[in-house]
Order: sequence, then C-alpha cells, then structure tokens
Amino acid sequence: MQPVLSFEQAPPISVPYRFFLTAPLFGIVAGLILAWYGQDAFVSRWSSGALAMTHLIVVDFMLQAMCGSLLQFVAVVAGANIWRPRLVAAVVHPLITTGAVLLASAFVLEMPALFLLAAGVFAIALGLFLTVMALALLNTPARGMTIHVLRLAVLGLLITLLLGITLAGVLGTQRTEFPLLVFVNVHVAWGLGGWALMLVIGVSYLVVPMFQLTPAYPVWLTRILPVGLLAVLILWSMQLLAPHGEAQAWQSGVSVLGMLLAGMYACTTLWLQARRRRRLTDVTFAYWRVAMLSLLVYVCSWVIFEVFPQLGSHPRAALWLGVLALPGVFLSIIIGMLYKIMPFLNWLHLQRLCDPKAPPPNMKQMIPEAAMRGQMRLHFSAIALLLAAIWWTPLTTLAGLVFALACLWLEWNLIGAVRIYENFRDRILASGADRES
Amino acid sequence: MPQISETLPAHHKHCDELFSVAEEAAQSGQWQDCKGAQVRFSRAMLAHFEAEESILFPAFEKTTGMSGGPTQIMRMEHAQMRDLLNQLEAALQAKDADTFSGVAETLLILMQQHNMKEENILYPMCDKALGAQLEQLDAQLSKTLAVA
Repeated sequence: MQPVLSFEQAPPISVPYRFFLTAPLFGIVAGLILAWYGQDAFVSRWSSGALAMTHLIVVDFMLQAMCGSLLQFVAVVAGANIWRPRLVAAVVHPLITTGAVLLASAFVLEMPALFLLAAGVFAIALGLFLTVMALALLNTPARGMTIHVLRLAVLGLLITLLLGITLAGVLGTQRTEFPLLVFVNVHVAWGLGGWALMLVIGVSYLVVPMFQLTPAYPVWLTRILPVGLLAVLILWSMQLLAPHGEAQAWQSGVSVLGMLLAGMYACTTLWLQARRRRRLTDVTFAYWRVAMLSLLVYVCSWVIFEVFPQLGSHPRAALWLGVLALPGVFLSIIIGMLYKIMPFLNWLHLQRLCDPKAPPPNMKQMIPEAAMRGQMRLHFSAIALLLAAIWWTPLTTLAGLVFALACLWLEWNLIGAVRIYENFRDRILASGADRES
Repeated sequence: MPQISETLPAHHKHCDELFSVAEEAAQSGQWQDCKGAQVRFSRAMLAHFEAEESILFPAFEKTTGMSGGPTQIMRMEHAQMRDLLNQLEAALQAKDADTFSGVAETLLILMQQHNMKEENILYPMCDKALGAQLEQLDAQLSKTLAVA
C-alpha cells in the first residue's frame, strides 16, 4: 500500500495531546509509590516497588510520550499521513494506559493473572501501533538516516514487546524452570537500547541541529551508531541460546562495546551543541545537555561495574543505572521535547484557524518560561535525590515525593498549554461566528 | 549534473546563519545591528520562496502532474513564514525583545521542519523527476538566489 504523499503538517491535535497529558500522571504515581515503600523499594531492582515503578515509568511515561510523538513526527519526516490517526490513538492510548496499570498492579499485588491480562492488552495496543508505524515508515519515499533509524527503533519495540509478553506469560503461569534473568537482561537491553535510545538517536539527527543550529552529526557516525547498536543487541541476545542461561565471559565485552557506542553518541551531541550557531539557550537545550551527561555517567558507571564486579554485583548497582537511564536520560529528553513540541503544535493548529491580521500567540506565550525553568530545576533535584537515596536510603521517601512533585508541575505546565490553545480556539471560532451572523 | 538537493539546502543553511545573527542582536538589545541583520535575513528568505514558487515548483508540477500535493503545502508554509517575517519586522520596529524572541522561536521551528520535508522528500523527488531540465533550472535558481 503506497500512502498518499500529502505533506500534511500534522494529525489532529488531540491525537498526540492525549498521550502527552497522560504521561506525567504516571510519573506522579511512580514517585508516590516510591515514597510509600520508602527504603524497601530501593533494596534491589527485584523488589515489588522497584519493578512497579520501573514499568510505570518506561511504559506509562516513556512509551506513552514516545508513541504520541511518533504519531506526530513520522507524519512530518516521512511526508505521509499515518493511517487513521484518530482511530489508532483512540485504541492505543487507553490500552497502553490500562496495560501499564495492570502490569504495575501485578507487581505490587503479586497477582499472576494480572500479568497475563497485561500481556494481552499490550499485544493488541502495540500490535496495532507497530503495524501502522511500519506501514508509514516502509512505504515512504523520504530519504535520510533518520527514517532508517526509526525503522530499527520500531523493530526494537517489537522485540521488547515479544520478550515482555514471554516474561509476563512465565510470571503469570508461575513456571519455575524458566531462565528468567537471561530473558530480563535481553528484554531490558532491547527496551532501553533497541527502542528508546535508537529512537532518541534517530530523532536527534534532525532535532539537535534544528533547535540550536548546530552542525550536522558526522555522516560516518550516523551510520555506525544504529548498525553498531543493532549488532551489539543481536550479540547480547545470544545469551538466550546459552545452556542453562549462564552468563558468558563474552557478554561483558559485548556490553562494553554497546556502552562505547552510547558514549560516542553522547559526546558527539555535547560537542555539536558546544558548536551551535544559536547562542540562545533554553529549557529544552538544558534538558538535552543533562540527558547527555546522564548518559555519559551511565556509560562510565557500567564500565566501572564491569571492571570491578564486586561493585557491579551490589544489588543497588542496577538501581543506580536505572535512575540514570530513566529519569536522567530518557525523561529529561522527553520533557525537553514536550516543552518544544506542545507550544509549536498549539501555534500551528491555531494559526490555521486565525485571521492573518490577528495572529495567534507565539510559541513563547504558550508555557511561561519561568514555570518551565522551575519544573526543570525540580526534575534535576529529583534525579540528584534519587541517586543519593540509592546509597543513603533514608532519603528515599523525600526523593519519591520530589520526583512526584516535578511530574505534577510538568502536568500543570502541559495543561496550561492546552488551556491556552482551547481559549484561543474558542475565541477565534466565536469571532468567526459573529462575523457570519 | 547539478542537483536541487545540493543547491537549495546550501541556501537553507545560509538563511539559518542570517537568522541566528538577527536573533542574537535582538537578544542583546543591539537594535541597530538587528535591523541590518533582519533585512538581510528577510531578503534571503523571500528570494528563496520566490525561487521555489516561480521556478522549481511549476517545473515539478508540470512534469509530474502533481499540483495539489507537496508543492501546495510548501506554498502554504511559505505564506505562514511570510506572516512571521512581518511580525518579526513589527517587533523590531517596536524594539520589543520578548515578542521578537517568541516570533523568532516560532519561525525557526516552522522553518526547520519545512526544510526537513523539502530536503528529505521534495528535493530528491525533484532531482528524480526533472532529470534533463536540472541544468537549466539550477542556473535559474542560482540567479534568483544570488540577490541574497
């Protein structure tokens, strides 16, 4: 099926916005769960609280925001409209939300049946989402590395989903002879590396130069990163074939290779940003920088944990990496991007309705700068507190509360943007009706 | 053989450069410098729109028969950018740094996503569709762009 090359700028505004407005809500819930469990949640990555929080963040915050952004972004980069975006959003959005709630509840309540239910819900939601994305990305005449990298990211999400469904099936049927740890290792690698990081890399090839007018990423690097990352993930997945699921010596080398690629990406992004032509710095820029620095700390920590296994095998080492990766890298990028995407979409959609003589408010009038900066500082404080709480657990409750508060403030800022959109839209429509009557 | 996908993206970069000079001047309250930079930026942008709308797009539409698709959307976005250029000019006259910065931000994002669509999709399609005419078209485009 060849999609109609329409170049239409955007699907209806309600399509991405429902995802964006839901995402921070589950950050609030995750923070409150952490505050509720307190020190117990940070005993190890396998605690019920840690597992529930992790999935609330990766699925309900990250996946939610990423799906909403992709529905918007692919329409622009691929130059093709997404198939029935309203219908896709109407099905995918509530199902992802429900699936994540079921999954988090399954961990907290330790109810096996909920794992099976969650797996079924995710299979339907993401099955539809992935099919629609794959059609748009495979049939496009668009050129450029981003399209290739986005295709790989979609593949990464598919593999993460299949491994997740397998794991949920095992937990749901309480099979005991299954190599759970090996599957979890591979599931996490595909989720964070093959889906989330791959998506960030593909998107950054376009948006990093675009927002700050930096030089483009070097062509050789744009090719090596996705291919290298894919090769590392395939090699890493070989542990699924190893007898008894035991860790092999080569896995350590493979993981360090993956970290090297991630480190190269982070250093290049920081270097490009340092050479930007646009000297002006804004909240989005600061969020990207902190995300890249978090990625570098993550890479260094991983390598240190590999070199000093006594440190790496500490139950809290994985939590340290988790905080760096989730709130540190991915949430920072997502929030930074939301602060750019929503004001632009507000303007774009209002502009279409407006009389050219009475233009809509500009992007900087959609969310107050001071509110974004305040929220950003709170988010960075939450990251620092979460990292500190891993080594000094009495801080856990405070860290959870501050994280919840940062997500609440984000939600407030995004709702503010939607209200400005609605107010102006209603005003424009009312003045149009006045003129007609 | 000259390629549209080489000539026009280079001019996009030129416009970006002029944009950043004007924005920085407004940011630091150097209104006299900003005025000069804004005039150069605006002239370059308008020349770019003119080159596309009067030379490239008609040739593409005539050859492919696609007159209601990509080029129509590109023309619409040019109109949006012309509006924003006018707003930028008004903010400059009023020496209103906040409005200038807000309009500049909006224009930048609109401009960049517009360039992305042209560079990744439309220009490669033009190169493919316009084959034999490329040499002549490139000369005409370069002449129009040379004024800015």
